[in-house]
Amino acid sequence: MSNRFSDVASLKDELAGVDYLSDDGIAGVVYLADRLEKPILVEGPAGTGKTQLAKSVSEITGSRLIRLQCYEGLDEAKALYEWNYKKQLLRIQAESGSEEWDDISEDIFSDEFLLTRPLLEAISADEPVVLLIDEVDRVELETEALLLEILSDYQVSIPELGTIKAKQIPLVFLTSNNTRELSEALKRRCLYLHVDYPDIEREKEIVLTKVPDITENLADQVARVVRSIRQIELKKHPSVSETLDWAKTLVLLGVEKIDEQTATQTINILLKYQSDINKALKELATADGVSP
Amino acid sequence: MSVTEGAAFDDAVATPEGIGDPILDLLNGFIVQLRAAGLPVSLTENLDAMQAIKHVPLEDRQTFKYALAATLVKHHNHWKAFETVFEVYFSLRGDEFSIGDDTVELPEMDDEEQPGEQSSGDQQGGGGDNLSPEELAEMLYRSLMRGDQQMMRGVARQAVKRYAGMEPGRPVGGTYYLYRTLRNLDLDGVLERLLEQEQNEEGDAPSDFEQRLQRDEYQSRIDSLQKEIEAEIRRRLVADRGVEAMAKTLRKPLPEDVDFMHASREEMASLRKAIYPLTRKLAARLQRKRRHGRKGPLDFRRTVRASLSYGGVPAEPKFRNPRPHKPEIFVIADISGSVAAFARFTLHLVYAISGQFSKVRSFVFIDGLDEVTHMFEGVEDINEAVHRVNTEADVVWVDGHSDYGHALQVFWEKYGNDIGPRTSIMILGDARNNYHASESWIIKAMSEKARAVHWLNPEPNSYWDTGDSIVGEYAQHCDGTFEVRNLRQLEGFVEHLA
Repeated sequence: MSNRFSDVASLKDELAGVDYLSDDGIAGVVYLADRLEKPILVEGPAGTGKTQLAKSVSEITGSRLIRLQCYEGLDEAKALYEWNYKKQLLRIQAESGSEEWDDISEDIFSDEFLLTRPLLEAISADEPVVLLIDEVDRVELETEALLLEILSDYQVSIPELGTIKAKQIPLVFLTSNNTRELSEALKRRCLYLHVDYPDIEREKEIVLTKVPDITENLADQVARVVRSIRQIELKKHPSVSETLDWAKTLVLLGVEKIDEQTATQTINILLKYQSDINKALKELATADGVSP
Repeated sequence: MSVTEGAAFDDAVATPEGIGDPILDLLNGFIVQLRAAGLPVSLTENLDAMQAIKHVPLEDRQTFKYALAATLVKHHNHWKAFETVFEVYFSLRGDEFSIGDDTVELPEMDDEEQPGEQSSGDQQGGGGDNLSPEELAEMLYRSLMRGDQQMMRGVARQAVKRYAGMEPGRPVGGTYYLYRTLRNLDLDGVLERLLEQEQNEEGDAPSDFEQRLQRDEYQSRIDSLQKEIEAEIRRRLVADRGVEAMAKTLRKPLPEDVDFMHASREEMASLRKAIYPLTRKLAARLQRKRRHGRKGPLDFRRTVRASLSYGGVPAEPKFRNPRPHKPEIFVIADISGSVAAFARFTLHLVYAISGQFSKVRSFVFIDGLDEVTHMFEGVEDINEAVHRVNTEADVVWVDGHSDYGHALQVFWEKYGNDIGPRTSIMILGDARNNYHASESWIIKAMSEKARAVHWLNPEPNSYWDTGDSIVGEYAQHCDGTFEVRNLRQLEGFVEHLA
């Protein structure tokens, strides 16, 4: 059992120390993942700090962050390991004629000729590491199976070499934007954490920590406007990072109080679709609010 | 927490290896309830949950809940169902256990006065029971004004006790009590009053924008009060009827299983929210399938080009990209009363993934028929287009009661020639024809010309061909008749189609 964190409350404080404001759910699941030695599957809308969570955890534990960015067409050679065939060729040529083939063939399939890729690197590292498998929903369903062995047993099987077991148990984060349903097999091996848009209090705190020189009053207004916008049915709701961009803009513009005009002029930082912008402006200008 | 349970918990903490039997039983019961609510909980997940609760302090309810959620709930849509089951199942065992039995008055009063003394001592001096309705209303108003959680909880308890009129053993659902309580509290009136108050204080009239923000703020406070009231009613009901019975009554279908034809307003809202991510997911999946599904014929030029890096040996054959085969879709939807919601969702879904089809045309009918394709063209917001369809389309011919026969006839006369061998036709409706002529020969003629004709019926299979439903008569000429009652079935069908 690994014990990176002593308890949930102190983990929360430590995260806050590196400017990541978590809540009970987030801190609780990270703590459990460490104790149970299980990976965490973090799901949620884009821009709610899923990747940042992994980065922050690696920062507070002082461990190296190894990142595997997933994309369509990701394969074994890029995720797990690859044989360094150029070096193998050179080895064969250098020894040509002088040595028995059997010796060489055994020799060229050894550690020396193995190129480690993120997953293998994470489990063969001597020091504690945090492994981040980003946007896992982008790989095809079949490729997901690549991950299963490492996620459940922390080991990689290489046909020519045998099984490589982890020297230490890395803390694994998988993030997903939920563009497709992940397989049951993958989900079963992970703890599940859904990170949603923060509530108004937390959002205000986040704005206060991340935007220097912002007044408490303005941060409060920012959080409120964003909450109102999120209640409208839109194609894409403003994410936390967009909220921060907006707050920074307002500070740069020297705005002290958000009124209708400032909101109208700067709303394109929060919303990225023209239809959303029109709809939000129309909605915000009516005092009655949306019917639920 | 009751004494016996406390002891069991202590045991479990002290000896993590041999975890106590009571807590195992407790957890097992909980998982049975989760499964009954439709959540897929596998055996490994069950074991994980048991491992997990060894590591969290059991007296911390919130952490305990998250520990269970992280191991047992692997889908965000299931969170609400989990929460309900959790609140019911662990309610008697929670820190407010003592309030559940018959001598409720005393502990309740204690509970009540504590927050009262902190926040508004003079208001509460007389104790909860002696409050007049006016005083209670005043307290409610103040608690919302300040956004004081503790005080809101107190008000919620008082209000339920006073207004819900709960009687032990009475077989009514929680919503009935909720309705009675809310009616007496008149939250809309309170909201207006809060806003007026705000304006008077500000002096100068605030802009619409500011008013809107203010309203949202109060609305969210009122929502949290309503949650408190619901929780209170649930707590009392559980105390009255027991966990099992309550878990059963409160069991609600998961969003993907909600029946289109019988969805409540609240469920409709959640369906509307669910449909957008669903379409995104479906589009991504279809696109992927198309790209990876097959390989085209050998691309000679690229193969030779690639062979150069192998010294002229064509070691790596290259293939042409397959030409995507995209069907053309005609949607013919009944939008009369009962099935309107179903038509709305289906149109929404089809247009959201219209990139997957070479052409989509849509027609709506009641007893007359109208083409509405133009309403979707160049529109970014599908919701709005669907709304326009429901209000502007010219679909009433005589009396506004469904007449499938006449609608089909109009379609055949006007648009029948547009049907080609690449056209897939989807007909949406319950085929309740009000005893008009069926004109099913049109369907037969259609299916001869078109690639496929599918009939989607939002009614459960067992209701087909009862009363004035004549779906069977149409079905014999269709390539397939599908029961599509919820999002899950709709998603499955559309994927099958594309």
